[in-house]
Amino acid sequence: MRAGIERQLALLDFTVASLARRKARNLGLLAVFALLVFLLASVTLFTRALRQEAAAVLAGTPEVILQRMVAGRHELVPPGYRERLGRIRGVQKVEGRLWGYYFDPVIRANYTFMVTDPAPRDGTIAIGPALARLRGLAEGGTLAFRSYAGELRAFRVAAVLPQPTELASADLVLVSEKDFRAFFAYPEGCFTDLAFSVANPQEARTVAAKLVRDLPDARAILREDSLRAYASLFDWREGLVLAMLAGALLAFGILAWDKASGLSAEERREIGILKAIGWETGDILRMKAWEGVLLCLTAFLLGYVAAYAHVFHGGAGLLEPVLKGWAVLYPRFALTPVLDGLDLLTLLLLTCVPYTAAVLVPTWRAATTDPDSVMRS
Amino acid sequence: MSPRPAPRALLALGALALLAGLTFLDAARIRRSRRAEQAATARFAAQAGLTDLALFNEARYTRHPTQADRHSAFQDHPQAFDHFPTGSLLPPRSHARRD
Amino acid sequence: MIALSGLRKAFNPGRPNEFWALDGIDLVIEAGKITAFRGPSGSGKTTLLTLVGCLARPTAGRVTFKGEVVSSLPERFLTDLRRRSFGFVFQQFHLVRGLSALQNVMLPAAPTGRPRREVRDRAVGLLEQLRMGARREERVEFLSAGEQQRVAIARALVNDPEVLIADEPTANLDSVLSRQFVGLLEELNAGGRTVIFSSHDPLVVESGAVHRVVGLRDGRLEP
Repeated sequence: MRAGIERQLALLDFTVASLARRKARNLGLLAVFALLVFLLASVTLFTRALRQEAAAVLAGTPEVILQRMVAGRHELVPPGYRERLGRIRGVQKVEGRLWGYYFDPVIRANYTFMVTDPAPRDGTIAIGPALARLRGLAEGGTLAFRSYAGELRAFRVAAVLPQPTELASADLVLVSEKDFRAFFAYPEGCFTDLAFSVANPQEARTVAAKLVRDLPDARAILREDSLRAYASLFDWREGLVLAMLAGALLAFGILAWDKASGLSAEERREIGILKAIGWETGDILRMKAWEGVLLCLTAFLLGYVAAYAHVFHGGAGLLEPVLKGWAVLYPRFALTPVLDGLDLLTLLLLTCVPYTAAVLVPTWRAATTDPDSVMRS
Repeated sequence: MSPRPAPRALLALGALALLAGLTFLDAARIRRSRRAEQAATARFAAQAGLTDLALFNEARYTRHPTQADRHSAFQDHPQAFDHFPTGSLLPPRSHARRD
Repeated sequence: MIALSGLRKAFNPGRPNEFWALDGIDLVIEAGKITAFRGPSGSGKTTLLTLVGCLARPTAGRVTFKGEVVSSLPERFLTDLRRRSFGFVFQQFHLVRGLSALQNVMLPAAPTGRPRREVRDRAVGLLEQLRMGARREERVEFLSAGEQQRVAIARALVNDPEVLIADEPTANLDSVLSRQFVGLLEELNAGGRTVIFSSHDPLVVESGAVHRVVGLRDGRLEP
């Protein structure tokens, strides 16, 4: 036991001394490796946290939303529709929703107008924190919009929505129903869509299917579909980042391959020497494995810790542009870390296994040559 | 002679591992401290009947991805980043572009 | 101590470029003596040394070490035996560049699991004995040929082997250093160690230190 540890330490001694000989090269490799882990880990941590955040925030989203379609496009829900829907078995608490978009040419941003319950009093609005920030507004301020009828309408800001909700509320303008209908010239009795819940949530899909049969011009969006949309949406964005990273990955692969498989004549010679002075093939492989562990694990841990700091303490500054796109009212939000052991393990395997294999296989081939070859060189 | 390198290397590796372990503690701390905020946001979203995060507000057709039609996810913006490859084949109309 | 019987060694056996480096060697090497293999280049000296030192296996014939047939042992045992019983000094020295003299000397002990302090003390002692104590922290590529050879000898001795094997040890040394080397051999042999080396340098082979000279020509012993 003690001899075993002593042996591993001796091999590790040699490995460290050996790595220190080509300091610049190995530090460079370590840096590239760590950078790669950093980027991959940043994306993984960020998207997982965002996905979790979406799931948590949208957990209470309406169970089923019903849209009316006309010629394949989203249309207003006409009066009477709500009552027809209410008669379908299992459908509960039908509510007409009113919401829409308004483009503000001042800051060239889209606002989401919405009627909520409870709503601000007539003539007043509650605005999202990002909007308030960009327009420099606070509670008590006034905001004017050009209505769909053409005249300018001023609203008093009754409240700014609390900052912690910004991820969901950045661009919201909450108005009363009366103001909403007047401002957008929205036909009386019509709604944007209908939200309802189902007596037995297990049967939401069945009810939705029945509903589409009874109301052929309707489309139902289930809560689970919404949540899934977010999960896959971030997958897709993550894929975009990964696609950009593919080049880096490839470059790293080439680097690792070159470093590893192209065992230099010098390294081959060294392996021969070690073999001739009494090292077993296993000792040489163990030594190289230590090298891989040192490089990979150091790079992995460095990259991961840096990524964690970047995403959860640095606001994910490097990834924001990807997600932000052209958004003007991009929300400021803090993410709640979700660390998944499997993610980390995958990342570790993704970076370490190919490298170690790329080092070990040629080393093994070189190390299984006869030890007398060194005498004949 | 310089001190033995192996224990120092292991020590450095151990320190890094410890740091990585600390991120889990830090994560738990942040989770605890943000629990109330997250719950408040969720309450607000449920009460207002929000269906989407305010992440993609660059255009109205990206604002509520869950509400978009299945066959025209990001509907008809001239520079929309499409699900389907058509968008990369057909350039936006010139009058719709604004620099 | 070491007995060779009917020893033959072929390179590229069965191929058109098949070459018999050794062709029927029968020889007994005595313990505690200095034995030299002499012969022109290509006569099979190096090949014979690799077989004696268990670095390679014969194509035919047997190698017996202290009464035990070792030529058919599996590789693991062979490595172990090599590590415990033989120390090698190569013609090109074959030190690991970039490491210090001391680190090089300690290398063969790494897989043995001996405590580091013990190995280090032994290595320092050997380097001092070989008058290299002051240069032990120097990287080996900055040492002269003579110094490199002494590091190589120290490395060969760090595991305290019974047999020291040297291949053309003076080929890269001038006559002064060669004479010093002979002196070193005598010192080592005085300590009871068996020394086997190959050389075609008359200065070394014919010096009084060598107990027995074995002539080789075309893979056979000279009568």
